[in-house]
Amino acid sequence: MKIAVCIKRVADMESRFKIATDGSSVDETGLKFDMGDFDGYAVEAALQLNEKEGKGEIVAISLGPDVVQETLRKAMSMGVDRGVQLKADRVPFDGLAIARALAAELQGGGYDLILFGRMAVDSANQSVGPMTAELLGLPCITAASKLEVANGRGTARRELEGAAEILEFPLPAVVTIDEGIARPRYPSLKGIMAAKKKPLEVKPAQLGEAHLTVKGMELPPERTGGRIIGEGPAAVPELVRLLQTEAKVL
Amino acid sequence: MANVFAFAETRGGELRKVALEAVTGARQLADATGGGEVHALLIGAPGIAAKAQALGEHGADAVIVVEHPALELYSPEVAAATAAERIRSGGYRAAIFSASARGKDLAPRVAAKLGVSMASDVTAFQPEGDAIVVRHPAYTGKVITTLVLTGTPAVLTLRPGAVTPAASPRAARVESAAPAIDPGAARVVPKELVQGSNTKLDLGEAPVIVSGGRGLKAPENFRLVEELAAAFGNAAVGATRAVTDEGWRPHSDQIGQTGRLVSPDLYVAAGISGAIQHLAGMRTSKTIVAINKDKEAPIFKVADYGIVGDVLEVLPVLTEAVKKAKGQ
Repeated sequence: MKIAVCIKRVADMESRFKIATDGSSVDETGLKFDMGDFDGYAVEAALQLNEKEGKGEIVAISLGPDVVQETLRKAMSMGVDRGVQLKADRVPFDGLAIARALAAELQGGGYDLILFGRMAVDSANQSVGPMTAELLGLPCITAASKLEVANGRGTARRELEGAAEILEFPLPAVVTIDEGIARPRYPSLKGIMAAKKKPLEVKPAQLGEAHLTVKGMELPPERTGGRIIGEGPAAVPELVRLLQTEAKVL
Repeated sequence: MANVFAFAETRGGELRKVALEAVTGARQLADATGGGEVHALLIGAPGIAAKAQALGEHGADAVIVVEHPALELYSPEVAAATAAERIRSGGYRAAIFSASARGKDLAPRVAAKLGVSMASDVTAFQPEGDAIVVRHPAYTGKVITTLVLTGTPAVLTLRPGAVTPAASPRAARVESAAPAIDPGAARVVPKELVQGSNTKLDLGEAPVIVSGGRGLKAPENFRLVEELAAAFGNAAVGATRAVTDEGWRPHSDQIGQTGRLVSPDLYVAAGISGAIQHLAGMRTSKTIVAINKDKEAPIFKVADYGIVGDVLEVLPVLTEAVKKAKGQ
């Protein structure tokens, strides 16, 4: 199959974030960046689908400034065949603006499957995948935790709150990937060397106009926790008293 | 004055709590823009119209009911086409969905069909001139963004629990409508709804969540977590990623950055160390109780009340005490 995987370079979420002096972005000084968690699952899902078939091509696409080339090389070191950077000074917050740029690139690409991570963990909008599908007029499954493809049709499982659903769909299609599909592989040394020689195309991103913009960012108030009320079962009566009289939740 | 659209989510022929949250949110937005009408869309198998009344009680002036025998299982394409058609013809200022698993799937499709941008997982919203200003937690909840959404209609998904369903009773007009596409012609075909282990109370809807981590030592010890949840009576059971990765609990029970984001009135973390991945999913809970044998565990830094001790010893005592407090 010819598969596209759309990936985003995001900050390591284990970081202690600071707001930049503009008040509307995260200070990137000293932060580590990598492919988004769910995008890693999407890359792995694409690799496994084509390994099963024993043929095909996988193209990774990432929108952003030149630093996203690192993320594309990472995908190629895992086994993706080539990369496309849709060059933009910065990634807008508006999912539709991004979806328009991706759809312009994907249109006419002859892809059987277009995969995304379920969401980018930084902006957390979870909208670009299904929006791209609509713009392309393709069937779409979001947040698939299982995906099987055979004879031009796919079957996916989606996790709901306390339940799950099974859906069938025809290819070509857009699928966004939840964790649980398969753990992303670590690039091998051979893979890292090979990735350096794989083609990486740079094109200008045809971003749509943004109608969702960031006015400000702030850090959430610190929880004033840290109150240890006692040790072992002996502390239970005090806990119950506090839940009744102070927190009023019991 | 502007009318606002709300999507009423159902499952298995029943309204979900997030449906009432969406209608309440739409009511708040309509009132904030001068008191327009709220129109709710209710889709399902024949008989779903009976749920229209509850939507009226929460502020819907009209309920558009789409009944079809083939819609017993939710069809993402029928829902998206029908919602988009109605929103387009209805001239709404805004369209409100829940940021539930379904809403997060549906709203972006609808927004893209309408050619408008959307704001996701919104915790607060307020009209400002031609724009709607929203709060949206990003970076796994470690950064709170204030976003400006322009364009009409404004499409929003509300984080479950961000809006409390409130009574605003009226006798809603019920309007029947046909699905915008024939369910038989949908490309994506729903085959099965698989019920999970938390069928009684969903993690997103339960006022109390009791969650277990590796400190429970073995899957069979989750019985202690379930017993405490049962003693509360209004509690659901959650788990950490470590536990769901081990297969002790289903993936759908996982609370954290890559699982469910929850915000109950009371969160009891039993044998949970408090990895960042887990804290990202529960740190906005109103009251947090932690029980862990390591007094240096990071969970104690966010807990309102901590007990240092072995969960296997503390839980049974706590369960008995809660039963007594509840008069059982």
